[in-house]
Amino acid sequence: MMDMHMKLSRRTLIRTMAGAGGGMLLGFHIPGAVAAVVAPKPWTTPTDGAEINAWLTIDADGTVTIRVPHTEQGQGALTAVSMMIAEELDVPWEHVQAVFADMNRHVNYGEEYIVTTTHGSQLVRLQHPHIMQAGASARERLKAAAARAWGVDRSDVVAKQGVLSAGRHSAGYAEFATAAAEITLPEEPAIKTPNEWWLLGNPTPRVDVPVKVNGSAQYAIDTRLDGMVYAAVRSCPVPWGRLKSFDSGVIRERKGIIDVVELKAVDGKTGDADMQNGVAVVADTWYRAKTALDLMPIEWDFGPAVEVSNDSQAAEARRLFEIAGEVSNEVGSDALGIIDASETTVIADYHRPYETHARMEPINATVSVTDERADVWSPTQDQTVPLQLVADQLQRDPRDVYVHTPFIGGAFGGGGGGRTAVTRQAAELSRRLGRPVKVIWTREEDVMQDKQRPPVHTRLTAALGKNGLPEAFHSRAVWFTLGGAERHGPATADYSIGTMPYLVPNRRHERHNVAAHIPTTTHRAPGANQNGFIIEQFVDEMALAGDWDPLEWRIEMTKGLEPWQRVLLKLKEVAGFRTDLPRGHGMGVAVVEDHASFCGACATVSVSRRGQLVVEKVVLVMNSGYLINPLNAAEQLEGSVCWELSHALYGGLDLKAGRFMNSNFNTYNLMRIHQMPEVEVHFALSQDGWWGGMGEPGGPPTPPAVANAIYFATGKRVRSTPIVKHDLSWS
Amino acid sequence: MAFTLTVNGKTHEVDAEPETPLLWVLRDNIGLTGTKFGCGIAQCGVCTVHVDGQPVKSCTTTAASAVGREITTIEGLSDDDSHPVQRAWIELSVPQCGYCQSGQIMSAAALLSRTANPSDSEIDSAMADNLCRCGTYLRIRKAIRRAAEMAQSPGGRS
Repeated sequence: MMDMHMKLSRRTLIRTMAGAGGGMLLGFHIPGAVAAVVAPKPWTTPTDGAEINAWLTIDADGTVTIRVPHTEQGQGALTAVSMMIAEELDVPWEHVQAVFADMNRHVNYGEEYIVTTTHGSQLVRLQHPHIMQAGASARERLKAAAARAWGVDRSDVVAKQGVLSAGRHSAGYAEFATAAAEITLPEEPAIKTPNEWWLLGNPTPRVDVPVKVNGSAQYAIDTRLDGMVYAAVRSCPVPWGRLKSFDSGVIRERKGIIDVVELKAVDGKTGDADMQNGVAVVADTWYRAKTALDLMPIEWDFGPAVEVSNDSQAAEARRLFEIAGEVSNEVGSDALGIIDASETTVIADYHRPYETHARMEPINATVSVTDERADVWSPTQDQTVPLQLVADQLQRDPRDVYVHTPFIGGAFGGGGGGRTAVTRQAAELSRRLGRPVKVIWTREEDVMQDKQRPPVHTRLTAALGKNGLPEAFHSRAVWFTLGGAERHGPATADYSIGTMPYLVPNRRHERHNVAAHIPTTTHRAPGANQNGFIIEQFVDEMALAGDWDPLEWRIEMTKGLEPWQRVLLKLKEVAGFRTDLPRGHGMGVAVVEDHASFCGACATVSVSRRGQLVVEKVVLVMNSGYLINPLNAAEQLEGSVCWELSHALYGGLDLKAGRFMNSNFNTYNLMRIHQMPEVEVHFALSQDGWWGGMGEPGGPPTPPAVANAIYFATGKRVRSTPIVKHDLSWS
Repeated sequence: MAFTLTVNGKTHEVDAEPETPLLWVLRDNIGLTGTKFGCGIAQCGVCTVHVDGQPVKSCTTTAASAVGREITTIEGLSDDDSHPVQRAWIELSVPQCGYCQSGQIMSAAALLSRTANPSDSEIDSAMADNLCRCGTYLRIRKAIRRAAEMAQSPGGRS
């Protein structure tokens, strides 16, 4: 696979690939071109402009087309990448348009985009150096090309707002774009420092908004191809069960039915990219396929996992609470001994259940397999993943696989794993049928077969000293993942607990990773969303037991930790937190680190005597180090509040007999507009050399702030979710 | 069975079982993919369209029941994104992933066509069937109020 690459010099490669930027055009003035995302060969869509590097081309009219290797799932990737490059290139923002980059080129020809995944609130946080550098490099090469033509030094050339100038010379960038592509710089330029920004830091509307108000934005589920057929699929309701039999005779004669195909899990593949045993009905429309599938008798062998339920996992957790686990973090010494000997201890058990992603765009994929190539439309958060998956499923050369990056109807961490099985299904079906196949999971299939957020049970104990502050702290987390693997980052099971900032002199954090049959994966703010609820309520329990104000406790216990102090002091300044509201009203605070950002929340609630809860307001204070787009950041923070309050207040999957009893939005409840609290966003930025994420950290502090407020309103401590299932009445 | 539907002012001859939900006829037979599939049981509202001006969940509305009636989808709301709801949605940067927004916009447009100045509780009850997983509710509320202003200002339309 490297042969072709080896034969081509970099220069030749750039020429060969110029114009193969691929993807769809969208921007401020050309929404009509959106259709290119599902055009038969969008990867061959020519761009008029000269390619200066893989990231950008410049048209004769000065339009700068920026190729974005990340996915747009609503978090603002197209805008963020374009802003960072436009900042360095120094072009008018109105001249910029964004397209999705060509992943076939990336995977097979040198991985020029370095990172293509779009998860972990990392695009700006971790990728800004190389993205901004691509823009800076292009700018300097334009200056070098102009300098050569004008017979001046590059340092004499000014590049500003799309115009190159030196003395009496002046020209638009486009004039030197082709020459710039040939330039090799003796040394690559450094990126700008924040005090030099002219575009970054300004509230900037997202470029993808206009195509999302008229139905023209193309999602994977909208793919339409000549000769395409549709598949509805069903996998064993108990994951890893076997398909015993199905009777396709009952439905074969129905109108539009093309085929009924058994799908088999791939041996040895049980991770994020697996495919369960199941059956697919293929028809000329999806509704015919789905209706026939509903009518077809299917028998399953559920296997031994039918014994597993939320209750059985809770019993296992209670057993493991008594047994030492793997140590994830330890500070000081003998925390358990100090707790045993202490006269003032606080102990509590907390629980968060399974949650599902339930992205509004149901799990789907379209694959077209021919002798020459395979084309893929898959709503995953890293578009190189479906490319490699399809190559693997078909045992084909990745150079022959082309992915067409669509808009993604929500991702929330599940676009990395939860949507990969369907891509294998579509590839397998298209190979067998010899025509393009779109597979759509019903919402019921989506809820039950998604890879879920792992549940966690945690016991916390603390010993308080004479000043009412803890001198020893112990936590033991029990969480259930597929195969019991510690799968997503260090200590996700007790992330936010083991990593808490509080300066307790003696701490010991343990966890049990328990094997379960339910496939699990990341879910927006993994670990922090589950465990923020746990640790930040237990902080209030410790503070109140020690006769401390909960906000003052947090300020005291993070003394000297600049990013935390900045958030907490700002929260104290803006939120008006108080603990003396009349019964039935309460305020609560919490602060959680997630993806290197520090976010504090202050929630105000009211609870009627009969226990009716209203979350009235959430004030967030965010410290992400830096901020490139306050408008998009505010949107992400508001959305994150809704995201995690949805689960904490209403969510929770009900696991019984090895399968989920929830199947659709009537049995998996999510926040609706009338339940959404007012959200007030404040930024308190350290601007101290570190960058935090923005897409996820707004979620974790919100539910514990709400639960802490409920305690002040009612005197009731809610240690598990969904909160609305608890009796919150008071008298 | 073939029947005729009038969508966005255009007639379409459709070959489908009459009980087929309007949603799938719009998407798969007619090719108007702006209307989305979300749940299939009228719980999320991403499939909302107008039938004779009334908002309906097209996933549980049979195609046959829409015969002889005026169907409007997101593609037919305006030719140029000039509907006040669309303009307000852009101005207040409402969509994130965008998948639910066709349904949100159709519900909001129907609300404003019957209530020029909706109160907060009228907005909440008109929009309560429309789920948004990205959590854009606050901006939806503001944008509906803004659209109401736009519709009543010179140059506005409803």
